[in-house]
Amino acid sequence: MKTLDLANTSLREINQALHDQAGECTEREWKITGAKGDHNIACGLDASLSVDIEGHAGYYCAGMNKKAHVVVHGNAGQGVAENMMSGTVRVKGQASQSAGATAHGGLLVIEGDAGARCGISMKGVEIVVGGNVGHMSCFMGQAGALVVCGDAGDALGDSLYETKIFVKGSVASLGADCIEKEMRDEHIEYLTDLLNRAGMDEDPKSFKRYGSARNLYNFKVDNASAY
Amino acid sequence: MSDKEKAQTALRESATFDHATMAEIRRAAETGIYDIRGFGAKRKVPHFDDLLFLGASMSRYPLEGYREKCNTQVTLGTRFAKKPIVIETPVTIAGMSFGALSANAKEALGRGASEVGTSTTTGDGGMTPEERGQSTKLVYQYLPSRYGMNPDDLRKADAIEVVLGQGAKPGGGGMLLGQKITDRVAKMRTLPMGVDQRSACRHPDWTGPDDLAIKIQELREITDWQVPIYIKVGATRTYYDVKLAVKAGADVIVVDGMQGGTAATQEVFIEHVGIPTMAAIPQAVQALQEMGMHRKVQLIVSGGIRNGADVAKCMALGADAVAIGTAALVALGCNHPQWDDEFKKIGSAAGYYDDYHEGKDPAGISTQDPELMKRLDPVAAGHRLANYLRVLTMEAQTLARACGKNDLRNLEPEDLVALNVEAAAMARVPLAGTSWIPGQGGY
Repeated sequence: MKTLDLANTSLREINQALHDQAGECTEREWKITGAKGDHNIACGLDASLSVDIEGHAGYYCAGMNKKAHVVVHGNAGQGVAENMMSGTVRVKGQASQSAGATAHGGLLVIEGDAGARCGISMKGVEIVVGGNVGHMSCFMGQAGALVVCGDAGDALGDSLYETKIFVKGSVASLGADCIEKEMRDEHIEYLTDLLNRAGMDEDPKSFKRYGSARNLYNFKVDNASAY
Repeated sequence: MSDKEKAQTALRESATFDHATMAEIRRAAETGIYDIRGFGAKRKVPHFDDLLFLGASMSRYPLEGYREKCNTQVTLGTRFAKKPIVIETPVTIAGMSFGALSANAKEALGRGASEVGTSTTTGDGGMTPEERGQSTKLVYQYLPSRYGMNPDDLRKADAIEVVLGQGAKPGGGGMLLGQKITDRVAKMRTLPMGVDQRSACRHPDWTGPDDLAIKIQELREITDWQVPIYIKVGATRTYYDVKLAVKAGADVIVVDGMQGGTAATQEVFIEHVGIPTMAAIPQAVQALQEMGMHRKVQLIVSGGIRNGADVAKCMALGADAVAIGTAALVALGCNHPQWDDEFKKIGSAAGYYDDYHEGKDPAGISTQDPELMKRLDPVAAGHRLANYLRVLTMEAQTLARACGKNDLRNLEPEDLVALNVEAAAMARVPLAGTSWIPGQGGY
């Protein structure tokens, strides 16, 4: 394992060292210490690395991640794993707003709570939140799945496309065109697998499923009040 | 009854409720839906035609048109990027998406721009192999929707343009109606086929200039600080927007005036939001000058640029380069009279067609219909665009030489006068024949 300390190594040097592994991989296990809310740690990775970040990460940690397995041993700021393509990102603490925004693939696990707009415009990523999510989560979610083991804030799934949403606790309110849907066997099976991969000890049968009513997919004047 | 016959009677059209206005009222009453269309503002606003150059005479020394060089090369992104973009003409191609445009049209734009050594720009919907393959200099737009956004394409780009807005609809998001969401477009945007695609008007993971500074740092980190990062704004509060963009770390700022085009939005948006391009440039230049960043952060201006005079006037007001969208499409063949019969079949006419969102463009440009697309030969259309870009460049050089300038960027506001008070006030140049610049004291 190679250790880099943000106290005496610049963010640019750290990210460049990690990026260089995409060309020739000389070290698979990395530890970044001394994180005190620094932004853009380990963003743009493109190799099968294991990266442990000790401390709290600022904005866009592991942004646009490909292939790498990144663990934040603390809290993460805005837009953790934004636009992730593949790999996994795990936040041991809490995550701020827009976690997993627009992400296309991979798995994002937040063991604590996530702030507002968790999974906004998500495009295929799987997000599992151990605690609660804030308002407008999964806004315009296009694909993938958002699992909330706690409660969801207002306007969950507003203007939703095809993302699947599973919530165990309460939902403050559903957004436009988001409805509760039947939890069929195939959904239980999928959720069981996803919770296992996320390492969450939860009963999949205790979740409710939400999805798009698909009423706003094409403009209709009768829906003018919803636009 | 013809217009001439009407003029000889007592029939009088209302200036307030003219035929177009009444037709729109009837259309709204029948459908209950606002009008959606493409193109840019059709109303007349103060524009570059309201400015004139003061050619050299006794007090200024002109350059010989065919003997003395007038440089047109511009380097963009000199502030932070390791690899700035060098363009041979200061006329670039503005962002237009695959989805709004056919793959052939995108390829033609790439071919034409590359032939003369300038850049093209992607759009809302990602980077296509056709465009990357044909564009030697490609700017990759980073939009609120993030459709098709991925780090591989980000690293393939020659520059990244963070889009905050566009001149046709500042404050509005994108719109691509279901008719144009084919299987390929749907896959690139991760959407079901045939849905009306709505692009958000705000970015999903940042909310203000302080956040944007961190976002730009992220993009630089992901691309190892190699390529320039542009910030594009629709022209509204341009002075403040430009200052904030510089503070956020932009290498290049793109200001798009209200005459700028769009693939689709509400007519009311196109005609009633934003300020004219000519009014935006002095605001942007003032902001850059006050920060000591004029020419260090380059300024690209777009919105209604049609000829070399418009290019030269933008540069005289302080721009480093311009971008064209609508004019480039016209050069490819958009609205061409050869398709007039077909335009009539869909309720339009050559020169008037603006329903780009319907995907029925007879010219094969703003469509995803494979049969219509075939009508546009990307090689021939690309060559037409290259010809047009050469003409713009030569016209701008002609005017610069006449003003005694051996570089387009040596043109200056002192070379211009305005034909009317409005233009003088907006462009901040004297009313022709006077030394009066409205708003600058003395009256």
